[in-house]
Amino acid sequence: MNAANPGKEGVKEIMASVDSIATPKISRISPPTNANEPAPAAGLRFPLAARNLFKWLVPPVMGLALFISIWAMVAQGNPTLPGPLKTWDSAVQLFSDPFYRNGPNDQGIGWNILSSLERVAIGFGMAALTGIPLGFMIGRFDFLNRMTAPIISLLRPVSPLAWLPIGLLVLKAADPAAIWVIFISSIWPMIINTSVGVTRIPQDYMNVAKVLNLSEWKIFTRILFPAVLPYMITGIRLSIGVAWLVIVAAEMLTGGVGIGFWVWDEWNNLNVEHIIIAIFVVGIVGLLLEQALVLLAKKFSYE
Amino acid sequence: MEKYVKIENVQMVFDTKKGPFVALRDINLNIRQGEFISLIGHSGCGKSTLLNLVAGLTTPSNGTMLCAEREIAGPGPDRGVVFQNHSLLPWLTCFDNVYLAVERVFARTESKATMKKRTQAALALVGLSHAEHKHPHEISGGMKQRVGIARALSMQPKVLLMDEPFGALDALTRAHLQDELMKIAADTQSTVIMVTHDVDEAVLLSDRIVMMTNGPAATVGEILRIDLPRPRERLAMAHDQAYHEYRSEVLEFLYRRQLRPAA
Repeated sequence: MNAANPGKEGVKEIMASVDSIATPKISRISPPTNANEPAPAAGLRFPLAARNLFKWLVPPVMGLALFISIWAMVAQGNPTLPGPLKTWDSAVQLFSDPFYRNGPNDQGIGWNILSSLERVAIGFGMAALTGIPLGFMIGRFDFLNRMTAPIISLLRPVSPLAWLPIGLLVLKAADPAAIWVIFISSIWPMIINTSVGVTRIPQDYMNVAKVLNLSEWKIFTRILFPAVLPYMITGIRLSIGVAWLVIVAAEMLTGGVGIGFWVWDEWNNLNVEHIIIAIFVVGIVGLLLEQALVLLAKKFSYE
Repeated sequence: MEKYVKIENVQMVFDTKKGPFVALRDINLNIRQGEFISLIGHSGCGKSTLLNLVAGLTTPSNGTMLCAEREIAGPGPDRGVVFQNHSLLPWLTCFDNVYLAVERVFARTESKATMKKRTQAALALVGLSHAEHKHPHEISGGMKQRVGIARALSMQPKVLLMDEPFGALDALTRAHLQDELMKIAADTQSTVIMVTHDVDEAVLLSDRIVMMTNGPAATVGEILRIDLPRPRERLAMAHDQAYHEYRSEVLEFLYRRQLRPAA
């Protein structure tokens, strides 16, 4: 080992360790071509990992910063709208005790979120239990497809809240009516995606089923279901998005405990900070639901 | 048995928007047990249609077809099919892909352990014991095709039907798999019907080559018996006079008598 080497190797080692720490974090969001991008002479001064970090971290942070500063400026000119700092203080206070109960109309934010999620889960769950099997049957039997096509095209574009009066009338209670709205508005993507998935199964797979002379049950479990699964998960993802979108509006109208009603309640109290917090909470929960299903979908892609 | 597979006066007419389309007419063919038959012809001559008829995937408009003295009335496990594009189910491992076929045929008479052994034996036959637990996307094209062959053979079919089984593979892999197929066919004494467009493949592997005329209304043009001793060695064949004569005869048929105008 000569005198010049230790220094160079030291640099290499540092770069290697930077790489090993930073790349796993980045590789998740950066496309694979980036990892192979040759780092020319500039790479020595400015390692690849750092550049990636810059590329993928700085723009979103700048976007958020810009958003918050515009919000702060608008709040400055309009004293009724609380600024970011005031909202943050209020949020810290709110989330310090998320699970308190002071009677039916005054409960912690945690309870509100959970009750909304519960309604979504029930309405969406029932929609999945009926919509997915229905989608399979519509996709498998052309007769059924032609039979249901006009009904689906007619009812699908109807605004979710238009279903609320029917729900209130038939079910005679606010809570089941809200669940009904979730059900009817989130069922369509699951029916449509599942049935499209069934009709798009490659003929090759059906030929395998034919030449092996498989039973209907084996065709379903070994070919139909796994082949349709990716389509089904896309349907579920779209449905959950719709369900979460609709719950706020539905709860505003039906009342009770829930994030939508909470927004309405805080509006009546003129507690605008809480309304802004609610908007963020709804957004973040929706994002988490979406991400969870994206992860699920990745697990079931076969290529 | 002289007439193990018997195809008599078979005609195939498809209904199209422009009216009936005659794909095949007057097909007569008898195949002995243990025979290796190639169907060769220009694309569109209905060789795959004929294979699908034997497989039972389509039913002929006219004529009779028998396999081991029973009428072919639909797909059945007595005829194993190897598809051109392997058609493995991507969500199942190689083992499970083969097991699906084994289970279909032997579930009523055999225990799970025996069926498992059968599956492993089929994979061992094509030299893929090591890839048992891999999924199709983890193995090469040649290996996928071998799993396809293992799946077809595992059912112990009376006839093995192959639709351009090596068409999608590169030349080296194709040669390798042809050699293996020859060995497997000899070991298992299988009756094979193979669709191909590769003249060398047809001459090297077949006992008889069925050369088909051009469509529409294609039929059997000529049948060439290949009297080369087995086992056949690819390299030895390259210097074999008889081999080259057979080869030129097929080429003659394809390119002089059945040349497609602007194919």
